[in-house]
Amino acid sequence: MAPGDGFSFQFRARGLAGARGARWLFEGLDLDLAPGDCLVITGSNGTGKTTLLRILAGLLAAEEGRVEWQPEPPGEMVRLHYLGHHNSVKGALTVGANLGFWRRLAGGSDAAAMARATALFGLDDLLDLPARVLSAGQKRRLALARLVAVPAPLWLLDEPTTALDTASGEAFAAAVAAHRAQGGMAVIATHRDLGFEATHRLRMGVTE
Amino acid sequence: MNGFWAILARDLHLARAESGGALLAVQFFALGVLLFPLGLGPEPGMLSRLGGGLLAVMALLATLLALDRLFQQDHEDGTLDLLRTSPAPLWTVALGKALAHWLLTGGPIILVAPLLGIVLQMSWPAIGGLLAALALGTPTLSLVGAIGASATIGARRSGVLLALLVLPLYIPVLIFMSGTVTAAETGLAFGAHVSILGALLLLSLVLAPWAAAVALRQIGE
Repeated sequence: MAPGDGFSFQFRARGLAGARGARWLFEGLDLDLAPGDCLVITGSNGTGKTTLLRILAGLLAAEEGRVEWQPEPPGEMVRLHYLGHHNSVKGALTVGANLGFWRRLAGGSDAAAMARATALFGLDDLLDLPARVLSAGQKRRLALARLVAVPAPLWLLDEPTTALDTASGEAFAAAVAAHRAQGGMAVIATHRDLGFEATHRLRMGVTE
Repeated sequence: MNGFWAILARDLHLARAESGGALLAVQFFALGVLLFPLGLGPEPGMLSRLGGGLLAVMALLATLLALDRLFQQDHEDGTLDLLRTSPAPLWTVALGKALAHWLLTGGPIILVAPLLGIVLQMSWPAIGGLLAALALGTPTLSLVGAIGASATIGARRSGVLLALLVLPLYIPVLIFMSGTVTAAETGLAFGAHVSILGALLLLSLVLAPWAAAVALRQIGE
């Protein structure tokens, strides 16, 4: 999982069906992601974007269908990052301690990736501040820095650019580009223009 | 064991950063115990007779007090999603959580228990028995509590539900903790009680992280 080596995993979903309560949101959904692919999911509120992402992350059981990796990543490797509406940031810990915890949880990553992450998202001057004093946008940047600090082949992002200013939005676009150049895959649910081209698009809530 | 160490270090770090909050359980324990002499009156011999059971019950309630935040906060701020998608096995996460909980509640309780024993006029052998009972009993309380805490994540009024779920499971530990003190006080051999407490600890050490991990895996929103 050394960065620079690049990832060469494929991620597939077959016949996925998801429901929220008793209401079925989607069914028979197939996905094929190859290294470097980026899928952007759009659709109005309540059409199942978050449900789909959580199923792909393995956080929610699918009503039907399955997801599979090709080849199967080794067990100790960080397979994916899921970034939902919450930032997973602990307000009582400093920015640096939050990043350090994520890194330890992943089994440690190299310091270069960590330095790249803090520089990219402009966190270098904030490392010693408790995360509770950060603004909403800064917290989001901290959460996004996790993606770069701990390399993983698949990113599952739910409205990642919420609360970001223009410069941070560009930093995010650069992070996704670097990730894809390394053979990473990304699935992004968003309403906004991300400033880069996706290889695939999926519109939820529309019967084909 | 990355998950175990990362969680343990972070929870202890968090407890220090949120200064005060971490030691609420032991403060509750001490204050609760000190209410009994006031409520029961100064009749000679009564407090020393009741002391062991009193301290055991209060230790159990103090443990419960800190339990409902064990996973709830991580659930609310999204950290639990991160833990569930990380490569760290969930049982190591549950074990790290339980150990951090014990270090912040059971540990301080064991430290102040001898002082409270003296306040309650307990005899020295009884205090010795109490320490042995708490040393083996409180880790079991934290481990079993982790099962309850993980099973009630996201539930409405999870604190009450947690107490209803966990207290019945605490009964064996309570019985053998106060049994140890009573036996030690009357000069009987308390080895059997201590052995059973040790057996309960070993059993929960093996089963509780696994059971909590199963509960954590089931969470859906």
